[in-house]
Amino acid sequence: MSRTVTAAGLTTLVDDLLRSHPPAATDPHEFLGARFDAGLAWVWAGPGDGGLGADPALQPLIEQRLAAAGAPAPFRYNPIGIGMTGPTLLTHGTPEQRGAYLRPLFAGTEIWSQLFSEPGAGSDVAGLATRARRDGDEWIVDGQKVWTSYAHIARRGLLIARTDPDVPKHAGLTAFVVDLTAPGVEVRPLRQLTGEAEFNEVFFTAARIPDTQRLGPVGAGWRVATTTLMNERVSLGGGLSGGVDPGAALLAAYQEAADRGDGNPVRRDQAIRLWIEANVNALTAARAAAGGNRGRPGPEGSVLKLAGAEHSRRAAAYLVDLMGPAGTLIPDYRMTRPGLPLGGGGPRDTAAAFLRSRANTIEGGTSEILRNILGERVLGLPGDIRVDKDVSWRDIPR
Amino acid sequence: MSLVFSDEQEELRRTVRSFLEHASPESEVRRLMESDDGYDPAIWRQMATQLGLQGLHVPEEYGGAGFGYVELGIVLEEMGARLLCAPFLASAVLATGALLAVDDALARKELLPGLVSGTTIGTLAFAGPTGRPEPAGSGGLGPQGGTGAEGGHHGLLAARAASGYTLRGTRHFVLDGALADLILVTAWAEGGLSLFAVPGDAAGLTRSRLPVMDLTRKQADLTFSDTPARLIGAEGDAGPVIDQVLRLACVALANESAGGARTVLEQAVRHAKDRLQFGRPIGSFQAVKHRCADMLVAVEGSKSVAYHAAQVAAAGDSDRLARAASMAKAYVGEAYFSAAADNIQIHGGIGFTWEHSAHLYFKRAKTSELLFGDPVHHRGLLADRLRV
Ligand SMILES: Cc1cc2nc3c(=O)[nH]c(=O)nc-3n(C[C@H](O)[C@H](O)[C@H](O)COP(=O)(O)OP(=O)(O)OC[C@H]3O[C@@H](n4cnc5c(N)ncnc54)[C@H](O)[C@@H]3O)c2cc1C
Repeated sequence: MSRTVTAAGLTTLVDDLLRSHPPAATDPHEFLGARFDAGLAWVWAGPGDGGLGADPALQPLIEQRLAAAGAPAPFRYNPIGIGMTGPTLLTHGTPEQRGAYLRPLFAGTEIWSQLFSEPGAGSDVAGLATRARRDGDEWIVDGQKVWTSYAHIARRGLLIARTDPDVPKHAGLTAFVVDLTAPGVEVRPLRQLTGEAEFNEVFFTAARIPDTQRLGPVGAGWRVATTTLMNERVSLGGGLSGGVDPGAALLAAYQEAADRGDGNPVRRDQAIRLWIEANVNALTAARAAAGGNRGRPGPEGSVLKLAGAEHSRRAAAYLVDLMGPAGTLIPDYRMTRPGLPLGGGGPRDTAAAFLRSRANTIEGGTSEILRNILGERVLGLPGDIRVDKDVSWRDIPR
Repeated sequence: MSLVFSDEQEELRRTVRSFLEHASPESEVRRLMESDDGYDPAIWRQMATQLGLQGLHVPEEYGGAGFGYVELGIVLEEMGARLLCAPFLASAVLATGALLAVDDALARKELLPGLVSGTTIGTLAFAGPTGRPEPAGSGGLGPQGGTGAEGGHHGLLAARAASGYTLRGTRHFVLDGALADLILVTAWAEGGLSLFAVPGDAAGLTRSRLPVMDLTRKQADLTFSDTPARLIGAEGDAGPVIDQVLRLACVALANESAGGARTVLEQAVRHAKDRLQFGRPIGSFQAVKHRCADMLVAVEGSKSVAYHAAQVAAAGDSDRLARAASMAKAYVGEAYFSAAADNIQIHGGIGFTWEHSAHLYFKRAKTSELLFGDPVHHRGLLADRLRV
């Protein structure tokens, strides 16, 4: 297989898939599995990995055609898996690992989570302390992860652990695929300011991981983590709009306010300003996707993540403002542990969405960290003073 | 529809970029901005004869290259990045655009080849004293129709003469108006707002150069006193023509401005790397670094929306064009201005000197933001069009 896969050829494949598995009459997981088998999951990947070895710029075509036909969006069924750990497996996984994990990941039958952050290591994730010690052809893991989204329903996680504390922090990390249902792994809910617990704490107590589940070489964990983080930023930056107006909800909300007599020129101008922002971000996402680079997004993804997060926060605040005092009412703060797929339950309550939007500029790298990345990796500006640079991890104050 | 460029388009960008490197270095920008006409005729000729830029988007039957707005956008972005001093927006975008939009095959055949070959410099005079085009909306507004001069509209009036028409009144903020050989001008005739052609040396035409803040793009007020004029198209045709041309002009200016925004970001980043204070490059301070990062976001957004608008313009659906043009004009107008302002701030005292080029971009950015309708105006148009 090669890049000779054409747009017309792909269109035929998509139409064949839609014919053999009509979305309305097919179980979504089954549909996604069939899509994977047809090589339409990520076309640039190899055959057997859910791809066709095609030009990555062709991916948006597939997404649009499938979305228009009402096909299930894989992201909703496995957000961390599709957005982050899938592309990481494609880049760093062995053939056996790819063969074992990718299909159930794409089909949404095995939910994934990302086990990076720890109480002592968020922005500075390379400073993490969870230890993995070698024991024959296994690893023994002890430590704690935090803010782990969907760990309560996830089967697998991508874990970064410290395998060598005596070298500088970035050099002593190794990546693993961990079975979250294995002994020694405990998942506890962690309640958010929205009342619910979408994320969790994950405790490892002498948990055993076979060495065959190590992802990449020992000591190469930071390189694996970077792949994940870059994909995360693209994925959180707000994906392709698939032809739908990404600012439609803003306009509808303003119209509703205007209809009840609360319209005015300032709010109208703000609505359009936000509508433009939403559309500009979608265009930038389309531009990034069309220039796509095989699951190895450049730091440009950080542009999208930063712009998208800042926008969604502004938009959510605007929608509350539009409603006036009614916008400050919230149905309840019940502690729930949300399941998947995402966004099944219709439009979110305005106040709840407003509260949730405060996480946008924290999760997946804070806006400050993203500005550092843009400044240093994209624009080439000099780094900050680093006091922990050539020090072995063990000697860094924490 | 894809927002990445083909190899041929990238090749065009490289060609134009290297041409402008020698044609429009800062020293030339400074020399030309101090001159009355503000352009270099030799460079203008080369642009036409060597590169065919003036007619890039003009059909081949008029001597053009037959490309579209995507290619024109590439050229404009590079021109904006270099602050090229030339009547390109006036002649290749406005005047050429008006002739392409109006229903007058004869005028096209006679007038376009000169614009394409660069031997004629054209412009379009449409603005009243506020800078806005006059609303042609209600049709049939002749001199006695209440929206002419007597109606308080400072209209430019067209009277039928023995052969053709004569014009009386003033048009404002005309781009390169003091220099143009061919002035296309809107005026009120019996049949409504209409388009006329007037040669730059016509009798009774007085051209007053305006003291523009942005010295790299000249403007003039044009006063017509019984100036003979030729009707282009039919009486009452000008309204939709101007609407269409201004949308294209917004697309063009958005692309030009995206190029300028790109340059000010490059300048800011270069300075932030080179300038040492407190024993460190200032770019290592987050207050400076983060400002640069925000500029990058604005530049990337500007490119996305400007490229998109150029593609829509090339595709030719007028409702989508109206949206894309206003969206691009509103977004890039603000983005370029704020990036140009940040560039001065990051340069500190040097950025406030005449010697440094930061102010040239700053002035171009502010002027462009307000040209063809400011961001608030375009957001208003969008709101109307989106029916909110
Ligand atoms: C809803 C949600 C879901 C999440 N899901 C996951 C998940 O699934 N898996 C996972 O691993 N993690 C997850 N996280 C964690 C997230 O990645 C971290 O919260 C984030 O990286 C910030 O780390 P921190 O919370 O330790 O904040 P800190 O790093 O302590 O930052 C605190 C403040 O200091 C600023 N700051 C820190 N360093 C710098 C610097 N160098 N320059 C400038 N400012 C700086 C930050 O911007 C921030 O404002 C999630 C978080 C949220 C809110």
